[in-house]
Amino acid sequence: MNKVAVIDYGMGNLHSVTKAIEYVGRELGEETEVLVTSNAQDISQSDRIVFPGVGAIRDCMAEIKRLGIDKKIQDAIKEKPILAICVGMQALMKQSEENHGVQCIGLFDGEVKFFGDPLLDSENRIMKVPHMGWNQVRQTKNHALWRDIPDHSRFYFVHSYYVDTEDLEKVAGITNYGLDIVSCLSKENIFAVQFHPEKSQKMGQTLLRNFLTWDGQ
Amino acid sequence: MGLAKRIIPCLDCDKGRVVKGVKFLEIRDAGDPVEVSKRYCDEGADEITFLDITASHEDRRTTVETVSAIAGEVFIPLTVGGGIRNLDDIREMLNAGADKVAINTAAVLNPELVKQAAERFGSQCIVVAVDAKQVNRKHEEKKWEIFTHGGRKATGKDAIDWVKKMVESGAGEILLTSMDRDGTKNGFDLELKRQVSRAVTVPIIASGGVGNLEHLAEGILKGEADAVLAASIFHFGEFTIGQAKTYMAGQGIEVRL
Repeated sequence: MNKVAVIDYGMGNLHSVTKAIEYVGRELGEETEVLVTSNAQDISQSDRIVFPGVGAIRDCMAEIKRLGIDKKIQDAIKEKPILAICVGMQALMKQSEENHGVQCIGLFDGEVKFFGDPLLDSENRIMKVPHMGWNQVRQTKNHALWRDIPDHSRFYFVHSYYVDTEDLEKVAGITNYGLDIVSCLSKENIFAVQFHPEKSQKMGQTLLRNFLTWDGQ
Repeated sequence: MGLAKRIIPCLDCDKGRVVKGVKFLEIRDAGDPVEVSKRYCDEGADEITFLDITASHEDRRTTVETVSAIAGEVFIPLTVGGGIRNLDDIREMLNAGADKVAINTAAVLNPELVKQAAERFGSQCIVVAVDAKQVNRKHEEKKWEIFTHGGRKATGKDAIDWVKKMVESGAGEILLTSMDRDGTKNGFDLELKRQVSRAVTVPIIASGGVGNLEHLAEGILKGEADAVLAASIFHFGEFTIGQAKTYMAGQGIEVRL
Protein backbone atom coordinates (compact mmCIF):
# COMPACT_ATOMS: atom_id res chain seq x y z
CA MET A 1 0.00 0.00 0.00
CA ASN A 2 1.30 3.38 -1.08
CA LYS A 3 -0.16 6.07 1.16
CA VAL A 4 -0.17 9.58 -0.21
CA ALA A 5 -1.17 12.52 1.98
CA VAL A 6 -2.45 15.51 0.02
CA ILE A 7 -2.13 18.38 2.46
CA ASP A 8 -5.42 20.22 2.82
CA TYR A 9 -5.32 23.67 4.30
CA GLY A 10 -8.66 24.80 2.97
CA MET A 11 -7.35 26.61 -0.09
CA GLY A 12 -9.55 25.33 -2.81
CA ASN A 13 -9.72 22.43 -5.06
CA LEU A 14 -7.76 19.26 -4.30
CA HIS A 15 -10.06 17.11 -6.39
CA SER A 16 -7.91 17.25 -9.53
CA VAL A 17 -4.67 16.28 -7.86
CA THR A 18 -6.34 13.50 -5.86
CA LYS A 19 -8.05 12.03 -8.91
CA ALA A 20 -4.88 12.22 -10.97
CA ILE A 21 -2.80 10.40 -8.35
CA GLU A 22 -5.48 7.72 -7.94
CA TYR A 23 -5.59 7.28 -11.71
CA VAL A 24 -1.82 6.95 -12.00
CA GLY A 25 -1.78 4.59 -9.00
CA ARG A 26 -4.31 2.34 -10.76
CA GLU A 27 -2.17 2.38 -13.90
CA LEU A 28 0.83 1.32 -11.85
CA GLY A 29 -1.23 -1.62 -10.63
CA GLU A 30 -0.31 -0.83 -7.08
CA GLU A 31 -2.74 -0.10 -4.30
CA THR A 32 -2.61 3.63 -3.70
CA GLU A 33 -4.48 5.39 -0.96
CA VAL A 34 -4.82 9.14 -1.34
CA LEU A 35 -5.81 10.98 1.79
CA VAL A 36 -6.76 14.65 1.66
CA THR A 37 -5.82 15.76 5.13
CA SER A 38 -4.43 18.31 7.56
CA ASN A 39 -4.21 15.75 10.35
CA ALA A 40 -0.74 15.31 11.91
CA GLN A 41 -1.19 11.57 12.37
CA ASP A 42 -2.29 11.00 8.76
CA ILE A 43 0.72 12.98 7.61
CA SER A 44 3.16 11.04 9.77
CA GLN A 45 1.69 7.69 8.68
CA SER A 46 1.82 8.48 4.97
CA ASP A 47 4.55 7.26 2.63
CA ARG A 48 4.71 10.46 0.63
CA ILE A 49 3.30 13.95 0.67
CA VAL A 50 1.78 16.23 -1.92
CA PHE A 51 1.80 19.90 -0.95
CA PRO A 52 -0.57 21.78 -3.26
CA GLY A 53 -1.73 25.36 -3.25
CA VAL A 54 -3.93 27.73 -5.19
CA GLY A 55 -5.04 31.30 -4.78
CA ALA A 56 -3.35 34.09 -2.90
CA ILE A 57 -0.20 33.36 -0.90
CA ARG A 58 -1.25 35.49 2.07
CA ASP A 59 -4.36 33.37 2.61
CA CYS A 60 -2.38 30.17 2.01
CA MET A 61 0.30 31.08 4.54
CA ALA A 62 -2.29 32.27 7.06
CA GLU A 63 -4.05 28.88 6.88
CA ILE A 64 -0.76 26.96 6.92
CA LYS A 65 0.18 28.76 10.14
CA ARG A 66 -3.28 28.59 11.68
CA LEU A 67 -3.48 24.82 11.17
CA GLY A 68 0.18 24.38 12.09
CA ILE A 69 0.83 22.65 8.76
CA ASP A 70 4.41 23.96 8.68
CA LYS A 71 5.08 22.19 11.99
CA LYS A 72 3.14 19.07 11.07
CA ILE A 73 5.17 18.51 7.94
CA GLN A 74 8.47 19.29 9.64
CA ASP A 75 9.40 15.67 10.32
CA ALA A 76 8.13 14.53 6.94
CA ILE A 77 10.24 17.19 5.29
CA LYS A 78 13.34 15.43 6.58
CA GLU A 79 12.59 12.03 5.11
CA LYS A 80 9.50 11.41 2.97
CA PRO A 81 9.24 12.17 -0.73
CA ILE A 82 7.45 15.50 -1.09
CA LEU A 83 5.94 17.01 -4.21
CA ALA A 84 4.99 20.69 -3.95
CA ILE A 85 2.74 22.14 -6.65
CA CYS A 86 2.19 25.76 -7.79
CA VAL A 87 1.50 27.96 -4.75
CA GLY A 88 2.69 24.98 -2.69
CA MET A 89 6.12 25.49 -4.30
CA GLN A 90 5.94 29.23 -3.70
CA ALA A 91 5.08 28.65 -0.03
CA LEU A 92 8.38 26.77 0.39
CA MET A 93 10.40 29.88 -0.51
CA LYS A 94 11.66 32.47 2.00
CA GLN A 95 9.16 35.16 1.04
CA SER A 96 6.73 36.40 -1.56
CA GLU A 97 6.09 39.91 -2.76
CA GLU A 98 2.40 39.07 -3.34
CA ASN A 99 -0.09 40.80 -1.01
CA HIS A 100 2.52 43.46 -0.06
CA GLY A 101 5.05 40.91 1.14
CA VAL A 102 4.46 37.60 2.92
CA GLN A 103 6.92 35.49 4.90
CA CYS A 104 6.84 31.90 3.69
CA ILE A 105 8.12 28.55 5.02
CA GLY A 106 11.71 29.11 3.89
CA LEU A 107 12.82 25.63 2.86
CA PHE A 108 14.38 27.10 -0.25
CA ASP A 109 16.38 30.30 -0.58
CA GLY A 110 14.85 32.88 -2.86
CA GLU A 111 11.62 34.75 -3.28
CA VAL A 112 8.39 34.88 -5.22
CA LYS A 113 8.00 37.85 -7.57
CA PHE A 114 5.27 39.38 -9.72
CA PHE A 115 5.61 38.96 -13.48
CA GLY A 116 5.62 42.71 -13.93
CA ASP A 117 3.12 45.27 -14.99
CA PRO A 118 3.49 45.24 -17.88
CA LEU A 119 5.46 42.13 -18.80
CA LEU A 120 7.07 42.67 -22.21
CA ASP A 121 8.34 40.17 -24.76
CA SER A 122 11.58 40.52 -26.76
CA GLU A 123 9.78 42.79 -29.25
CA ASN A 124 8.35 44.97 -26.49
CA ARG A 125 4.81 43.66 -26.86
CA ILE A 126 2.72 43.32 -23.73
CA MET A 127 2.40 39.71 -22.58
CA LYS A 128 -0.66 38.36 -20.84
CA VAL A 129 -0.59 37.80 -17.10
CA PRO A 130 -1.44 35.30 -15.62
CA HIS A 131 0.98 33.03 -17.44
CA MET A 132 -1.69 30.54 -18.44
CA GLY A 133 -1.36 27.48 -20.63
CA TRP A 134 1.16 24.92 -21.85
CA ASN A 135 4.78 25.95 -21.70
CA GLN A 136 8.05 24.10 -21.99
CA VAL A 137 10.30 23.06 -19.16
CA ARG A 138 14.04 22.85 -19.75
CA GLN A 139 15.44 20.26 -17.38
CA THR A 140 18.55 21.63 -15.69
CA LYS A 141 19.49 18.54 -13.73
CA ASN A 142 18.98 14.82 -13.80
CA HIS A 143 16.30 13.73 -11.42
CA ALA A 144 14.21 10.62 -10.77
CA LEU A 145 11.04 12.65 -11.41
CA TRP A 146 12.19 13.52 -14.94
CA ARG A 147 12.44 9.85 -15.93
CA ASP A 148 10.76 9.18 -19.31
CA ILE A 149 9.96 12.89 -19.74
CA PRO A 150 11.74 14.39 -22.76
CA ASP A 151 13.56 17.67 -22.18
CA HIS A 152 11.46 20.72 -23.21
CA SER A 153 8.17 18.87 -22.66
CA ARG A 154 5.13 21.07 -22.13
CA PHE A 155 3.24 21.32 -18.86
CA TYR A 156 0.19 23.34 -17.83
CA PHE A 157 0.90 26.58 -15.96
CA VAL A 158 -1.37 29.14 -14.38
CA HIS A 159 0.23 31.77 -12.17
CA SER A 160 0.96 35.49 -11.91
CA TYR A 161 3.92 35.20 -9.53
CA TYR A 162 7.12 33.26 -10.13
CA VAL A 163 10.00 31.85 -8.10
CA ASP A 164 13.40 33.52 -8.31
CA THR A 165 16.47 32.11 -6.62
CA GLU A 166 20.22 32.49 -6.75
CA ASP A 167 20.69 29.00 -5.36
CA LEU A 168 21.12 27.53 -8.83
CA GLU A 169 22.11 24.14 -7.52
CA LYS A 170 18.48 23.60 -6.44
CA VAL A 171 17.01 24.53 -9.82
CA ALA A 172 15.68 21.46 -11.66
CA GLY A 173 13.78 23.20 -14.44
CA ILE A 174 13.55 26.54 -16.22
CA THR A 175 10.69 27.97 -18.28
CA ASN A 176 10.68 31.10 -20.38
CA TYR A 177 7.80 33.54 -20.27
CA GLY A 178 9.16 36.98 -21.03
CA LEU A 179 12.00 36.02 -18.73
CA ASP A 180 13.49 32.78 -17.48
CA ILE A 181 11.61 31.60 -14.43
CA VAL A 182 12.32 28.69 -12.11
CA SER A 183 9.66 26.11 -12.91
CA CYS A 184 11.15 23.30 -10.77
CA LEU A 185 13.26 23.13 -7.64
CA SER A 186 14.65 20.05 -5.95
CA LYS A 187 16.70 19.14 -2.95
CA GLU A 188 17.02 15.80 -1.22
CA ASN A 189 13.51 14.37 -0.83
CA ILE A 190 11.69 17.49 -2.06
CA PHE A 191 10.59 18.22 -5.61
CA ALA A 192 8.66 21.40 -6.29
CA VAL A 193 6.97 22.45 -9.52
CA GLN A 194 5.31 25.68 -10.59
CA PHE A 195 3.13 23.89 -13.17
CA HIS A 196 0.25 21.51 -12.53
CA PRO A 197 1.24 17.90 -13.23
CA GLU A 198 -2.33 16.84 -12.40
CA LYS A 199 -3.53 18.93 -15.37
CA SER A 200 -0.67 18.17 -17.74
CA GLN A 201 -2.05 15.06 -19.40
CA LYS A 202 0.52 12.38 -20.34
CA MET A 203 3.65 14.23 -19.21
CA GLY A 204 2.02 15.18 -15.94
CA GLN A 205 0.95 11.60 -15.36
CA THR A 206 4.48 10.41 -16.04
CA LEU A 207 5.80 12.85 -13.45
CA LEU A 208 3.19 11.73 -10.91
CA ARG A 209 4.03 8.09 -11.62
CA ASN A 210 7.70 8.85 -11.05
CA PHE A 211 6.75 10.52 -7.77
CA LEU A 212 4.73 7.48 -6.62
CA THR A 213 7.74 5.24 -7.16
CA TRP A 214 10.40 7.69 -5.95
CA ASP A 215 12.36 6.76 -2.84
CA GLY A 216 13.22 10.40 -2.15
CA GLN A 217 16.92 9.96 -2.89
CA MET B 1 9.66 28.69 -28.19
CA GLY B 2 7.45 29.43 -25.22
CA LEU B 3 3.82 29.43 -24.23
CA ALA B 4 1.59 27.60 -26.72
CA LYS B 5 -1.69 28.97 -28.02
CA ARG B 6 -4.51 26.76 -26.82
CA ILE B 7 -7.23 24.89 -28.70
CA ILE B 8 -10.30 24.33 -26.56
CA PRO B 9 -13.18 22.14 -27.68
CA CYS B 10 -16.45 23.25 -26.14
CA LEU B 11 -19.15 20.88 -24.96
CA ASP B 12 -22.56 22.53 -24.80
CA CYS B 13 -24.53 20.18 -22.60
CA ASP B 14 -28.23 19.72 -22.01
CA LYS B 15 -29.51 17.14 -19.51
CA GLY B 16 -26.26 15.19 -19.60
CA ARG B 17 -25.80 15.14 -23.39
CA VAL B 18 -23.52 17.16 -25.66
CA VAL B 19 -25.59 19.26 -28.05
CA LYS B 20 -24.88 22.05 -30.47
CA GLY B 21 -27.14 24.83 -31.65
CA VAL B 22 -26.91 27.41 -34.39
CA LYS B 23 -27.06 31.03 -33.25
CA PHE B 24 -28.14 29.71 -29.85
CA LEU B 25 -31.07 27.77 -31.45
CA GLU B 26 -31.70 24.52 -33.44
CA ILE B 27 -30.15 21.90 -31.20
CA ARG B 28 -28.40 18.66 -32.42
CA ASP B 29 -27.20 15.75 -30.25
CA ALA B 30 -23.43 15.14 -30.27
CA GLY B 31 -22.81 12.43 -27.71
CA ASP B 32 -21.91 11.55 -24.14
CA PRO B 33 -19.84 14.30 -22.48
CA VAL B 34 -17.40 11.96 -20.72
CA GLU B 35 -16.68 9.98 -23.90
CA VAL B 36 -16.41 13.13 -25.99
CA SER B 37 -14.05 14.74 -23.44
CA LYS B 38 -11.81 11.67 -23.38
CA ARG B 39 -11.60 11.61 -27.14
CA TYR B 40 -10.64 15.30 -27.30
CA CYS B 41 -8.08 14.87 -24.57
CA ASP B 42 -6.47 11.95 -26.44
CA GLU B 43 -6.45 14.00 -29.63
CA GLY B 44 -4.46 16.71 -27.85
CA ALA B 45 -7.03 19.27 -26.66
CA ASP B 46 -5.35 21.80 -24.38
CA GLU B 47 -8.41 22.29 -22.19
CA ILE B 48 -12.08 21.37 -22.17
CA THR B 49 -14.91 23.83 -21.70
CA PHE B 50 -18.22 22.46 -20.52
CA LEU B 51 -21.22 24.77 -20.86
CA ASP B 52 -24.50 23.76 -19.28
CA ILE B 53 -26.90 25.41 -21.70
CA THR B 54 -30.19 24.73 -19.96
CA ALA B 55 -28.94 25.14 -16.43
CA SER B 56 -32.40 24.78 -14.95
CA HIS B 57 -32.42 24.01 -11.28
CA GLU B 58 -33.70 20.44 -11.64
CA ASP B 59 -30.83 19.46 -13.91
CA ARG B 60 -28.17 20.84 -11.61
CA ARG B 61 -27.40 17.41 -10.11
CA THR B 62 -26.85 15.92 -13.57
CA THR B 63 -24.37 18.67 -14.37
CA VAL B 64 -22.40 18.21 -11.15
CA GLU B 65 -22.25 14.45 -11.73
CA THR B 66 -21.16 14.89 -15.33
CA VAL B 67 -18.43 17.36 -14.34
CA SER B 68 -17.20 14.96 -11.69
CA ALA B 69 -17.14 12.07 -14.17
CA ILE B 70 -15.18 14.11 -16.72
CA ALA B 71 -12.71 15.31 -14.07
CA GLY B 72 -12.05 11.72 -13.01
CA GLU B 73 -11.03 10.69 -16.53
CA VAL B 74 -9.56 13.74 -18.19
CA PHE B 75 -6.38 15.31 -16.84
CA ILE B 76 -6.32 18.63 -18.60
CA PRO B 77 -7.95 21.84 -17.35
CA LEU B 78 -11.72 21.83 -17.26
CA THR B 79 -13.83 25.00 -17.32
CA VAL B 80 -17.50 24.78 -16.38
CA GLY B 81 -20.07 27.44 -17.19
CA GLY B 82 -23.81 27.90 -17.38
CA GLY B 83 -26.05 28.69 -14.46
CA ILE B 84 -23.28 29.78 -12.09
CA ARG B 85 -25.16 32.23 -9.87
CA ASN B 86 -23.26 32.62 -6.61
CA LEU B 87 -20.24 31.59 -4.56
CA ASP B 88 -21.90 28.32 -3.53
CA ASP B 89 -22.38 27.33 -7.17
CA ILE B 90 -18.72 28.06 -7.82
CA ARG B 91 -17.58 26.03 -4.83
CA GLU B 92 -19.82 23.14 -5.88
CA MET B 93 -18.32 23.05 -9.39
CA LEU B 94 -14.73 23.34 -8.13
CA ASN B 95 -15.37 20.55 -5.65
CA ALA B 96 -16.83 18.44 -8.45
CA GLY B 97 -13.51 18.80 -10.26
CA ALA B 98 -13.77 21.92 -12.40
CA ASP B 99 -10.56 23.93 -12.55
CA LYS B 100 -12.26 27.13 -13.62
CA VAL B 101 -15.81 28.40 -13.72
CA ALA B 102 -17.24 30.69 -16.37
CA ILE B 103 -19.60 33.37 -15.09
CA ASN B 104 -21.85 35.25 -17.48
CA THR B 105 -25.35 36.43 -16.53
CA ALA B 106 -24.65 36.45 -12.79
CA ALA B 107 -21.72 38.83 -13.28
CA VAL B 108 -24.06 41.34 -14.91
CA LEU B 109 -26.80 40.92 -12.31
CA ASN B 110 -24.33 41.11 -9.44
CA PRO B 111 -21.08 42.87 -10.38
CA GLU B 112 -19.63 42.14 -6.93
CA LEU B 113 -19.76 38.38 -7.59
CA VAL B 114 -16.61 38.29 -9.72
CA LYS B 115 -14.67 40.29 -7.13
CA GLN B 116 -15.82 38.08 -4.27
CA ALA B 117 -15.16 34.92 -6.27
CA ALA B 118 -11.65 36.02 -7.24
CA GLU B 119 -10.84 36.88 -3.64
CA ARG B 120 -12.21 33.60 -2.35
CA PHE B 121 -11.03 31.15 -5.00
CA GLY B 122 -8.31 33.06 -6.86
CA SER B 123 -8.46 34.85 -10.21
CA GLN B 124 -6.97 31.80 -11.92
CA CYS B 125 -10.28 29.95 -11.69
CA ILE B 126 -12.63 32.81 -12.53
CA VAL B 127 -13.45 33.13 -16.22
CA VAL B 128 -15.90 35.81 -17.26
CA ALA B 129 -17.90 34.71 -20.29
CA VAL B 130 -19.11 37.51 -22.51
CA ASP B 131 -21.73 37.16 -25.26
CA ALA B 132 -21.31 40.18 -27.49
CA LYS B 133 -23.26 41.37 -30.49
CA GLN B 134 -22.39 44.15 -32.90
CA VAL B 135 -24.89 47.00 -32.45
CA ASN B 136 -23.57 49.99 -34.39
CA ARG B 137 -25.35 51.18 -37.52
CA LYS B 138 -23.59 51.01 -40.89
CA HIS B 139 -20.89 53.69 -41.31
CA GLU B 140 -20.72 54.15 -37.55
CA GLU B 141 -17.70 53.16 -35.51
CA LYS B 142 -17.85 49.46 -34.54
CA LYS B 143 -19.51 48.82 -31.22
CA TRP B 144 -20.58 45.68 -29.39
CA GLU B 145 -23.15 45.17 -26.67
CA ILE B 146 -23.20 42.33 -24.18
CA PHE B 147 -26.20 40.04 -23.76
CA THR B 148 -27.17 37.74 -20.91
CA HIS B 149 -29.41 34.69 -20.40
CA GLY B 150 -27.81 32.72 -23.23
CA GLY B 151 -27.98 35.68 -25.56
CA ARG B 152 -31.65 36.46 -24.98
CA LYS B 153 -31.41 39.68 -22.98
CA ALA B 154 -29.78 42.92 -24.03
CA THR B 155 -27.98 44.82 -21.27
CA GLY B 156 -27.08 48.13 -22.90
CA LYS B 157 -23.49 47.58 -21.72
CA ASP B 158 -20.57 48.18 -24.05
CA ALA B 159 -18.50 45.00 -24.46
CA ILE B 160 -15.04 46.62 -24.23
CA ASP B 161 -15.92 48.63 -21.11
CA TRP B 162 -17.50 45.59 -19.53
CA VAL B 163 -14.48 43.36 -20.09
CA LYS B 164 -12.15 46.01 -18.61
CA LYS B 165 -14.39 46.26 -15.57
CA MET B 166 -14.46 42.49 -15.11
CA VAL B 167 -10.67 42.23 -15.28
CA GLU B 168 -10.37 44.98 -12.67
CA SER B 169 -12.75 42.96 -10.51
CA GLY B 170 -10.46 39.96 -10.73
CA ALA B 171 -11.43 37.90 -13.79
CA GLY B 172 -8.43 35.75 -14.73
CA GLU B 173 -9.53 35.06 -18.28
CA ILE B 174 -12.22 36.18 -20.75
CA LEU B 175 -14.28 33.78 -22.85
CA LEU B 176 -15.49 36.02 -25.65
CA THR B 177 -18.33 34.81 -27.89
CA SER B 178 -19.61 36.72 -30.91
CA MET B 179 -23.32 36.05 -30.98
CA ASP B 180 -23.58 37.16 -34.60
CA ARG B 181 -21.19 34.38 -35.54
CA ASP B 182 -22.00 31.56 -33.12
CA GLY B 183 -22.88 28.41 -35.06
CA THR B 184 -22.66 30.15 -38.43
CA LYS B 185 -19.24 28.75 -39.45
CA ASN B 186 -18.38 32.13 -40.97
CA GLY B 187 -15.32 32.70 -38.79
CA PHE B 188 -14.66 34.79 -35.69
CA ASP B 189 -15.53 38.47 -35.42
CA LEU B 190 -11.82 39.33 -35.55
CA GLU B 191 -12.21 43.03 -34.91
CA LEU B 192 -14.05 42.34 -31.64
CA LYS B 193 -11.43 39.82 -30.52
CA ARG B 194 -8.56 42.14 -31.29
CA GLN B 195 -10.10 45.14 -29.54
CA VAL B 196 -10.88 43.14 -26.42
CA SER B 197 -7.48 41.43 -26.39
CA ARG B 198 -5.73 44.80 -26.57
CA ALA B 199 -7.97 46.31 -23.89
CA VAL B 200 -6.91 43.92 -21.11
CA THR B 201 -3.84 41.98 -19.97
CA VAL B 202 -5.54 38.66 -19.12
CA PRO B 203 -5.84 35.88 -21.71
CA ILE B 204 -8.72 35.93 -24.19
CA ILE B 205 -10.46 32.82 -25.52
CA ALA B 206 -12.04 33.50 -28.91
CA SER B 207 -15.38 31.78 -29.50
CA GLY B 208 -18.24 31.79 -31.96
CA GLY B 209 -18.19 31.12 -35.67
CA VAL B 210 -15.44 28.60 -36.39
CA GLY B 211 -16.20 26.67 -39.58
CA ASN B 212 -12.75 25.60 -40.72
CA LEU B 213 -9.13 25.42 -39.60
CA GLU B 214 -8.22 28.72 -41.20
CA HIS B 215 -10.70 30.42 -38.86
CA LEU B 216 -8.88 28.99 -35.83
CA ALA B 217 -5.54 30.33 -37.06
CA GLU B 218 -7.08 33.74 -37.83
CA GLY B 219 -8.37 33.99 -34.28
CA ILE B 220 -4.79 33.89 -33.05
CA LEU B 221 -2.99 35.75 -35.84
CA LYS B 222 -5.55 38.47 -36.57
CA GLY B 223 -7.83 38.34 -33.53
CA GLU B 224 -4.81 38.28 -31.19
CA ALA B 225 -6.54 35.72 -28.97
CA ASP B 226 -4.59 33.48 -26.60
CA ALA B 227 -6.85 30.50 -27.14
CA VAL B 228 -9.49 29.47 -29.63
CA LEU B 229 -12.66 27.61 -28.78
CA ALA B 230 -14.82 25.62 -31.17
CA ALA B 231 -17.57 23.06 -30.94
CA SER B 232 -19.26 21.83 -34.09
CA ILE B 233 -16.18 21.39 -36.31
CA PHE B 234 -14.90 18.86 -33.76
CA HIS B 235 -18.18 17.26 -32.65
CA PHE B 236 -19.36 16.10 -36.04
CA GLY B 237 -16.03 14.68 -37.15
CA GLU B 238 -15.11 17.33 -39.71
CA PHE B 239 -11.71 17.85 -38.11
CA THR B 240 -9.74 16.37 -35.25
CA ILE B 241 -7.92 18.49 -32.69
CA GLY B 242 -4.69 17.05 -34.08
CA GLN B 243 -5.49 18.29 -37.58
CA ALA B 244 -6.26 21.72 -36.17
CA LYS B 245 -2.94 21.86 -34.36
CA THR B 246 -0.94 20.68 -37.36
CA TYR B 247 -2.60 23.33 -39.48
CA MET B 248 -1.95 26.07 -36.94
CA ALA B 249 1.68 25.02 -36.52
CA GLY B 250 2.00 25.31 -40.31
CA GLN B 251 0.80 28.91 -40.02
CA GLY B 252 3.66 29.65 -37.63
CA ILE B 253 1.54 29.46 -34.47
CA GLU B 254 3.15 27.83 -31.46
CA VAL B 255 1.02 24.88 -30.35
CA ARG B 256 1.47 21.85 -28.13
CA LEU B 257 1.90 18.91 -30.51
